[in-house]
Amino acid sequence: MTAEPRRETWPLWEVFVRSSRGLSHVHAGSLHAPDAELAVRNARDLYTRRSEGVSIWVVPAAAITASDPDAKDAWFESPRGKDFRHATYYTASQAVPHL
Amino acid sequence: MPNPPQPSSAVLTPEAIAASVTGQDATVRAADDVARYALGLGDDALVLAQRLGSWIASAPELEEDVALGNIALDTLGHARSLLTYAGSAWDQTEDDLAYFRDEADFRCRQIFERPNGDFACTIVRQLVVSAYFTALYRGLAESTDATLAAIAAKAVKEVAYHLDHASLWTVRLALGTEESRRRTLTGLEAVWPFVDELFAADPAADAVPDAAVAPAGLREPFDALVLPVLARAELEVPAAPALRGGGRLGVHSEALGPLLAEMQVLARRHPGAVW
Amino acid sequence: MPAEDPPTADPAAAAAEAARLAAFDALIADDKRIEPTDWMPPAYRKALVRQMSQHAHSEIIGMQPEGNWITRAPSLKRKAILMAKVQDEAGHGLYLYSAAETLGTTRDEMLDALHSGKAKYSSIFNYLAPSWADMGSIGWLVDGAAIANQVPLCRASYGPYGRAMVRICKEESFHQRQGFEILLALMNGTDEQRAMAQESVNRWYAPALMMFGPPDAESPNSRQSMAWKIKRFSNDELRQRFVDMIVPQAEILGITLPDPDLRWNSERGHHDFGELDWAEFQDVLHGNGQANSLRLAKRRAAHAEGEWVREAARAYAERTATSERMAS
Repeated sequence: MTAEPRRETWPLWEVFVRSSRGLSHVHAGSLHAPDAELAVRNARDLYTRRSEGVSIWVVPAAAITASDPDAKDAWFESPRGKDFRHATYYTASQAVPHL
Repeated sequence: MPNPPQPSSAVLTPEAIAASVTGQDATVRAADDVARYALGLGDDALVLAQRLGSWIASAPELEEDVALGNIALDTLGHARSLLTYAGSAWDQTEDDLAYFRDEADFRCRQIFERPNGDFACTIVRQLVVSAYFTALYRGLAESTDATLAAIAAKAVKEVAYHLDHASLWTVRLALGTEESRRRTLTGLEAVWPFVDELFAADPAADAVPDAAVAPAGLREPFDALVLPVLARAELEVPAAPALRGGGRLGVHSEALGPLLAEMQVLARRHPGAVW
Repeated sequence: MPAEDPPTADPAAAAAEAARLAAFDALIADDKRIEPTDWMPPAYRKALVRQMSQHAHSEIIGMQPEGNWITRAPSLKRKAILMAKVQDEAGHGLYLYSAAETLGTTRDEMLDALHSGKAKYSSIFNYLAPSWADMGSIGWLVDGAAIANQVPLCRASYGPYGRAMVRICKEESFHQRQGFEILLALMNGTDEQRAMAQESVNRWYAPALMMFGPPDAESPNSRQSMAWKIKRFSNDELRQRFVDMIVPQAEILGITLPDPDLRWNSERGHHDFGELDWAEFQDVLHGNGQANSLRLAKRRAAHAEGEWVREAARAYAERTATSERMAS
């Protein structure tokens, strides 16, 4: 499509924000920053302007390893049909209290 | 995405102060001499916020537009709280004080009037003033005046972040490239002659020694905050002689007049109007 | 970055291609979201990059007319609100650039396209904002129109776009209100203030209506975009919805919308409104607005003046990373 992509001005970082104590960090979005120290501060300025967070993680986007998108079927087929892993499968005991 | 919480009423906002100082149920009214002191502090923050506000849409990167925007907004918030409180002594609103006083009635120190210059110049000014504010508001949080103490207790956390931001950038600009170092040195040399004035006598502070923080006492904590950053950035304190200053007495640099003319132009064209 | 698929004569490859397309179409038909690593038709990717980057550029250029009033805002409260709003616009531009980057186009590439004049942004920002009341009109009418456009985009078929729009719509809810309240204060004020508000709305009404784009019959990209569920409603549908929304709001303000043909049509259950000047729309779109070259020049200047800063931070980061590697 295009020639060799040129070097980016600043690398891309992924931002994860914990919205309150007791909750996990959740992906909020991304941003550009020259280094980790500024990335986490930029994340604070960008993604917590309205009290959305109490803790922030930033990760270089390039450091993320993702599952293979083309192998979706092979990866995520196995759990389908194994309904016995879920409590709702066990209907005979449904009316029993505290179970 | 989580729902942001509603604005907390526990946070001391300019509106909360305004509510407590106006109307028949007014519970708070600044004493005249405390108000004079608060006015100087409020002017410092107002004039700086006015400067910082003009960075938005012109910052070196979008992320920095947002960062400088946050700093400008915090600083404007401090100004509004302090001016609202000061005005309570004289039945004046924050806007009466901001828009309808002339240059000679302003009490800001001259360093806050410095034009933005380039990004390095702004960052160095921000390093100096954030360190000063951090020392000041730490002290003021212990004020015998409950409102000043409460304003400072909120502000001290915010300016600590501003100091952190300016410190990181000072180091990066000073040690980045030849050009960024040259610009940082130029900025430092331009701003440093205004530093001593921050610690010069302020008659308004002297008049209320329990409510105020004595400026001279802030030099030591200021140095403790700034000098290590300069050292990390491999910058020397400039030898340039200090300027006479006099902002607290109404003596201002030539930069203040145009700043006020711009800030006040619309409000003064419609005196008495509500916006 | 997934390259565009070369045309192929290989029957097995062609079958695989058809299967991928069928899977994509099934996701769209099923109202499921497309995610960055999914296969997608090159034209879908291209349409998304175009729309999302244009949207981001509009946020960034849109900072200028309002940013110009921050230093002159007539009260400190208005100054704070305006600062927060213009800052939000930078944030929204950032969210959108980030979302577009998941499609393999870098922000640098998108900014280059903006700075070179190749990429478009919303024409509305090529109008000037010479009056304080314009801060009200921009919030009420321009942001109002933008929100009407954007709310359905929260359900756009491309996941990152929809998620960015959810965040943006939440944050923008205050933008329209603050604009309305600026106008309300003016309309409750002196004669001069009321005249200021009316004069401003007179200028912004028609351009705001044109923000929804040309009439459906003349909007070739719209149909495909709706088929892909990027866009959910047509230009004319959204425009009608917007007019129906602002008429009662204008009554509350006591402001007159400058359209002699504007009236309630009980048969349609909608307001009729006058023909818009599409020649002007095309003119502004093609560079002959009030401010096209000015907006671009200011944006370019800010970016160029920032170059040494970005370079300094990059140099520092590289040096620090090297010395850390040597130390470990």
